[in-house]
Amino acid sequence: MIRFLLKGIFRDRQRSLLPVLVATIGVMLTVTLYCWLNGFLNDSIELNARFSTGHVKIMTAPYAGNIDQIPNDLALTGVDSLMKKLKKEFPAMKWQQRIHFGGLIDAPDPAGVTRSQGPAIGIGIDMLSGDHSEIERFNLEKSLRRGKLPAHQGDILISELFSQKLKVNPGDTVTLIGSTMNGSMAMYNYVIAGTIVFGTPGMDQGSVIVDLKDVRDALDMNDAAGEIIGYLPEKYYDDKTAEQVVTRFNLLFPPSGDKYAPVITTLRKQNNLGQMMDQISQVGAFVVLIFVLSMSLVFWNAGLLGGMRRYMEFGTRLAIGEDYSHIYRTMIYEAVLIGIVGSVSGTAVGLLLSLYLQNHGLDLGSMMKNSSILMPSVFHARITAIAFFIGFIPGLFSTVAGTALSGIGIYKRKTAQLFKELEA
Amino acid sequence: MRKIAIPIILLIILLSVSLNAQNPSAREIIEKVDNNMSAVSRVFTSKMIIHNPRNTRTVESRSWSMGENKSFTEYLSPPREQGTKMLKLDNLLWIFSPSTDRIIQISGHMLRQSVMGSDLSYEDMMEDPHLLNHYTGKVDGEEKTGDRNCWVITLTATSTGVAYQTQKIWVDKDHFIPLRKELYAKSGVLLKRMELSDVLRIQGRWFPKKMLFKDVLKEGEGTEFQIMDIEFNVKIPDYIFSKASLKK
Repeated sequence: MIRFLLKGIFRDRQRSLLPVLVATIGVMLTVTLYCWLNGFLNDSIELNARFSTGHVKIMTAPYAGNIDQIPNDLALTGVDSLMKKLKKEFPAMKWQQRIHFGGLIDAPDPAGVTRSQGPAIGIGIDMLSGDHSEIERFNLEKSLRRGKLPAHQGDILISELFSQKLKVNPGDTVTLIGSTMNGSMAMYNYVIAGTIVFGTPGMDQGSVIVDLKDVRDALDMNDAAGEIIGYLPEKYYDDKTAEQVVTRFNLLFPPSGDKYAPVITTLRKQNNLGQMMDQISQVGAFVVLIFVLSMSLVFWNAGLLGGMRRYMEFGTRLAIGEDYSHIYRTMIYEAVLIGIVGSVSGTAVGLLLSLYLQNHGLDLGSMMKNSSILMPSVFHARITAIAFFIGFIPGLFSTVAGTALSGIGIYKRKTAQLFKELEA
Repeated sequence: MRKIAIPIILLIILLSVSLNAQNPSAREIIEKVDNNMSAVSRVFTSKMIIHNPRNTRTVESRSWSMGENKSFTEYLSPPREQGTKMLKLDNLLWIFSPSTDRIIQISGHMLRQSVMGSDLSYEDMMEDPHLLNHYTGKVDGEEKTGDRNCWVITLTATSTGVAYQTQKIWVDKDHFIPLRKELYAKSGVLLKRMELSDVLRIQGRWFPKKMLFKDVLKEGEGTEFQIMDIEFNVKIPDYIFSKASLKK
């Protein structure tokens, strides 16, 4: 039966070409859009994870409550022993200490008098211990525009835009003026090792990166860190696994009454990322629904056109005694076959397009020139297992639904009039 | 009738004269406070014990000041702060950091920032204002502070640019030293509390050697400011109050 229908579909190109083409295009758009939305979400999440939130983050509760103010006076202390414990209890995870800080970067003239000055947001990461994971995470090698990566204590990386604003170059000495963990004024000299472009408008305006030890020296934060960031062994964030880490951490570090005891939180609970993840998922589901509905309308229309074109055929089949429901069923079977063929071809084309976007991305940097939000400027698609079958929902469902709607007309044909119609 | 009236009038005059003698005016009290607290010049070594919510730190420094507008401070300890110097001339402050060999100038609202994470601002630390030059006073009444009888005076700023628009001070009736202070912003918000104690006779004047500052907008137990030694009206060479002395 299926072979018979398939032969009919492929031999009668008028019967198959348009529906298969429509199904293919619809499925391709669904798959590509799904992959791109998925990639958009993941790019945003992973960018936040790399630069800011980690997959989990450990801080003191007061620090977490005032995180926007970068309150290093409320930072974690005794972090060396805490790190040892974390590495022992969660060996598969990667843990990193970070210190965010704010202050002024002051560039002196040869006499040591301020020549230019600007507010900076800085981050202290491990760059000189021999562990290159933070350098990779921040993509520093590729982000380097001038100079080189820090090789010695006292080296600093400064965003290219900021260096132009301050009129400083690699090799120049600048002074960080900030506040120590104890609230004293901090002044510390750094030598500009290189300039970088983060590719994130929010960070390209006044950011600096220095080695963790140098920040500690500058801000009097020996054995202290604002945050300890944890990354899951999997490349991408998984909320369930992150929650398991949180549960285990809370068992290992039960509430002690110490106001400055470490507390842990997941990526989802930071920077409104949970809300963003939910919203993008809802948008994705909505997009698929719209495609299903619109394609159902298209197929309904195509089915009606096909029904009119095959008016004679159905009439003949009814006249020679074929049952209404049998004809209707064969139409549905045909629709299923067309849906499968269209879904397979549409998924294939959609995946190829998504693969291209996954590798090359879509640069929307020009649209976000003045953005201060931590968002990537190049958005990539991301192909997941769902992408291989999500196209079948609109491809198959709407083809069948459209045919089912248009096929109802068969039941309105009256056998008494068939021969008259056929003779005519 | 006349025989009775004259003695009564005389008695009233005498009583009022005697009451006035017992109740000096706010201006007189403030003047006496200024005579004790302010000087042509001061050189002192001090210790700041800063009680932060998470730790207690001690910072020692030596200061030179001349009148209201010139002040110079060098930090002696802890090692991290040792050698840091601050010069304040009028409304400008220069800070020298030996580790960077840089002099940074700060001014304006930055002068109201905390010194070394303490409850004192740069203005609190480095200014020696004559109250009479900047405030007008009103005696609110009398109160006991500890076992000392005090005048309670509200000071309202008459000049712009003072750190505190209003001050409420409790002045020791015998020594004319403020034993308590409440310092208010222009909005009426209480900014700081001060308790002054260990009042000693130094070079013919009363002076508190211990002051407890509490910035009420800040967590912690406040900052103790202890005068280790102090000399008034000594000759200070002019070069001390120059930018060149910062790097010396």
